[in-house]
Amino acid sequence: MSSKTSIREEMLAAVPKLRAFAISLSGNVDRADDLVQETLLKALANIDSFEPGTNMPAWLFTILRNLFRSEYRKRKREVEDSDGSYAESLTSPPEQMSKLELQEFRVALAKLPEEQREALILVGASGFSYEETAKICGCAVGTIKSRVNRARTHLAEILSIDSADDLGPDTSIRAIVVNNRR
Amino acid sequence: MNNRKPPKDPKGQPPRKPRGPALNAEIQGVIGQQLRRMHDEVLKEGIPDRFAELLKRLDERDQ
Repeated sequence: MSSKTSIREEMLAAVPKLRAFAISLSGNVDRADDLVQETLLKALANIDSFEPGTNMPAWLFTILRNLFRSEYRKRKREVEDSDGSYAESLTSPPEQMSKLELQEFRVALAKLPEEQREALILVGASGFSYEETAKICGCAVGTIKSRVNRARTHLAEILSIDSADDLGPDTSIRAIVVNNRR
Repeated sequence: MNNRKPPKDPKGQPPRKPRGPALNAEIQGVIGQQLRRMHDEVLKEGIPDRFAELLKRLDERDQ
């Protein structure tokens, strides 16, 4: 197997995580997939700048994030659905209750400022360390820690503020947030 | 539709906690759990064909 092939296989293996991140950035599955494809092509075009044996996913995430910021932000602003209605278009197979909770969570997440959202996703979902996340986002570790903390606080607030809506009284996040505030 | 939690969910009613200035561990735990669930849903979709095909085409081109 050529080293080129093994690098491509490593890239392919990172696709599911890249998609998950791209969906949370762009708020749209189709656009996320385009973003992932551009990322792979750009990575292959710049493969010489990748040092074999270093963190391939982190490298790809950095490329994806930069692509998103340079090309997609304007487009995103044009079609932004700040009410999080994109979340409703995402289908999720599990049982009804968890689907409802997850949807509510997605909508809340979509309301976070972008920098907080990406930091929270990278640390809390993608599984990167604070240090790796700081590299991906091109900022200090302390900045990432504070963004993640603000994101969590912000999310808890959003989920609590929304507690009067019609999604039902007993989703676990809301119950905990509301209890915590009494 | 079923509005109750499925029985396998061990959380049940959350215990009451005194209010604190920072988010308590429980809220952080629930947020983390939801983040991972959301993430896992995308992971479950695996690798869409378009990406496997893209890299395969590039492989063939090189050979």
